[in-house]
Amino acid sequence: MAVLNEEQEMLRDMAREWTVNESPVTEFRKVRASGEPEAFNRDAYATMAQMGWAGVIIPEEHGGSDFGFLSAGLVVEELGKTLTASPLVMNTVAASAIVLGGSDEQKAKWLPKLASGEAIATLAVDEGPNHDPAEIATAVSDGKISGTKAFVHEAHGADLFVVAAKDGLYLVEKGDGVSLTTRKLTDQRSHADVTFDGAAADKLAKGGDSLLDDVLDRARVLVSAEMLGMAQQVFDDTLDYLKQRVQFNQVLASFQALQHRMADLFADLAQMRSAVEAGLQAVDGGFGVARAATIAKAEANRVMHKMANEGIQLHGGIGMTDEYDVGFYLKRARVLEASFGSSSWLKDRFARLSGY
Amino acid sequence: MATQLEPQTRTDEEAFRTEVQQFLADNFPAELKGQSNALAGVDGPTDETPAQTKWREAVGARGWGTPTWPKEYGGGGLSKAQAKIIDQEFAKAGAYNPIGGMGVMMFGPTLLEYGNEAQKKEHIPPICRGEVRWCQGYSEPNAGSDLANLQTFAEDKGDHYLVNGQKTWTSGGQWADKCFAIVRTDKSDKHKGISFMLIDMDTPGVEVRPITMISGTSPFCETFFTDVKVPKENLVGEEGQGWTIGKRLLQHERTNISGGGSLARLMGQSLGDIAKKYQPTGADGELADAVLRDKIADFEIRWNSFLLTARRAMEESKAAGGVSEISSVLKKLGTKLSQERSELLIEIRGLQGLGWEGDGFSGGELEAVRAWLFGKATTIYGGSTEIQNNIIAKRVLGMLDHQ
Repeated sequence: MAVLNEEQEMLRDMAREWTVNESPVTEFRKVRASGEPEAFNRDAYATMAQMGWAGVIIPEEHGGSDFGFLSAGLVVEELGKTLTASPLVMNTVAASAIVLGGSDEQKAKWLPKLASGEAIATLAVDEGPNHDPAEIATAVSDGKISGTKAFVHEAHGADLFVVAAKDGLYLVEKGDGVSLTTRKLTDQRSHADVTFDGAAADKLAKGGDSLLDDVLDRARVLVSAEMLGMAQQVFDDTLDYLKQRVQFNQVLASFQALQHRMADLFADLAQMRSAVEAGLQAVDGGFGVARAATIAKAEANRVMHKMANEGIQLHGGIGMTDEYDVGFYLKRARVLEASFGSSSWLKDRFARLSGY
Repeated sequence: MATQLEPQTRTDEEAFRTEVQQFLADNFPAELKGQSNALAGVDGPTDETPAQTKWREAVGARGWGTPTWPKEYGGGGLSKAQAKIIDQEFAKAGAYNPIGGMGVMMFGPTLLEYGNEAQKKEHIPPICRGEVRWCQGYSEPNAGSDLANLQTFAEDKGDHYLVNGQKTWTSGGQWADKCFAIVRTDKSDKHKGISFMLIDMDTPGVEVRPITMISGTSPFCETFFTDVKVPKENLVGEEGQGWTIGKRLLQHERTNISGGGSLARLMGQSLGDIAKKYQPTGADGELADAVLRDKIADFEIRWNSFLLTARRAMEESKAAGGVSEISSVLKKLGTKLSQERSELLIEIRGLQGLGWEGDGFSGGELEAVRAWLFGKATTIYGGSTEIQNNIIAKRVLGMLDHQ
């Protein structure tokens, strides 16, 4: 754990207390059982926003606390531990696009609402099943946007879409010219193909040529923070299980073959945490962001992938049952691994950034 | 977060910085600029040039090679802040710390904690002056990972012990003046029968034979003890306390194997840059072999997250005033990744990366081959990776002992 200041420690402790008491995995089960396509609890999100979590990266003048991405990551990590279903991550990423690229009017119009939870925003970039921001067909003419975005996270609850078009990022409100086709994925969360058919689009004109990359890097580090919480929880749950399950008249934790696998996972988790925290800190510091975010998501993908698989295997047969939580982490993990950069995409980007 | 220094402290520190700069100007021979410490390693004889001797003596006289050790035993008696200033100013001037080796890294700190007054007075000052080389008498042919199984026996003969047995993997044994050893004084108890004692390497009955490694070098020795007389005053601590003292010393060793050195130096040259010199590239300067390119990126990402982990462990330890629990993974991760890097370097260079000797290979290529081979030892010595896994599982994760 990075060395935190007092505000950050308070924020983390508050998030931990709330998720453990008010939003354990049983809450996610309720959301799943409800079958609502937006797949989150509106009351819970309102409470989160009241506690200031939706505005952590939004400037104070627009209703946020401006604590930065490391702070946002602390909250998201705790939410990841209990698989809390909410649009918080995507809302934060979309808000960052407005912070970086919005005009004064755009900021004044949207940021206070996104900070208070009154409105929810999300990011729509990819047009196929694989992350590929270089291939965008969506285009804008005369202020009208047309194109289809694939597998948009938290699309059902969103009032506002930050949409990547050929010539930059645009704000598009839900309503006329915006239609959703639900895509149910393994994580049972909100995903949809979103078709824009001549919807009114308002360009984020500031932020320069790198705006899309900068926003995607913020998505990468924040999604990595969610994965960090998930990986930590799978590790902790698995360790607890090994300590109580008895076979051959001894607890599984006493078998050396299992001890060494847990030691390996512990080391992997240490690397993942270092990389994710460094990615969040790089965004706050504004230096070496592309590289740090690439390392963060690549390590998050690698370790989360392994942790989810090992978590199931080490739980044995009961790990395969719906009654146990560990399978939920696996099914969310793969969705996040494929979003905003798969491992092979990230390695290619790392090599390009390194000049080879 | 930065702490605000009291104005008085800051003035004192600036005065000390000036003192160090003046000392360097007066004593550091210009011809040594950029050199590293020949004595600190365990892999070479002790031939010194006159300039090296002069520099070692100057630093040793001040105790600045061991800046935080007590002044009464020849250390610098300085604060950590002052020690850091010495580090910074030496680095700025391109000067190395000429005081090093196992005496400084492992034995000295342990003796300061467990030795009696006479032992500290006798042994610590020569370490601070860089006048004596210590070696480690720990492993035996049948006591590697199971170190407590050691059989070298010290028989009580009244005023002295009579030591018989064999040690192995004695780093730098052929150049050492003295040996700190763990030996058996009681055959009836595996752990409580072990004692920690100091043996002069020139005592009759001590014989050292270098072991040739797969890398072609001989940094380790076998050391044989045949009726070696060791005076009773060379026992450190109590009889039977050797396992406790010996383990404490190993903590110092592990810290040095994994955490030493600056991150920038550890980072090394980008493998991608090296690969571009040996491998064809495409139109954008990217490596044409996409599989190799992916492998290199995959490695470098993990290498980066390891370096970030080493930094985090340091920051956490500093903030908490104790050892961070992730320190336990550094040795295991760092050694494995270094080995992987060596293997990748060979894959990148092809047969040009497997040269043993000859003009057809550059110095860097040959060095990398020897480092690749010798590097295999790093996951074995200092507590093998398997032993590290046991320690993590038992001590950090609280998994029960399998025995």
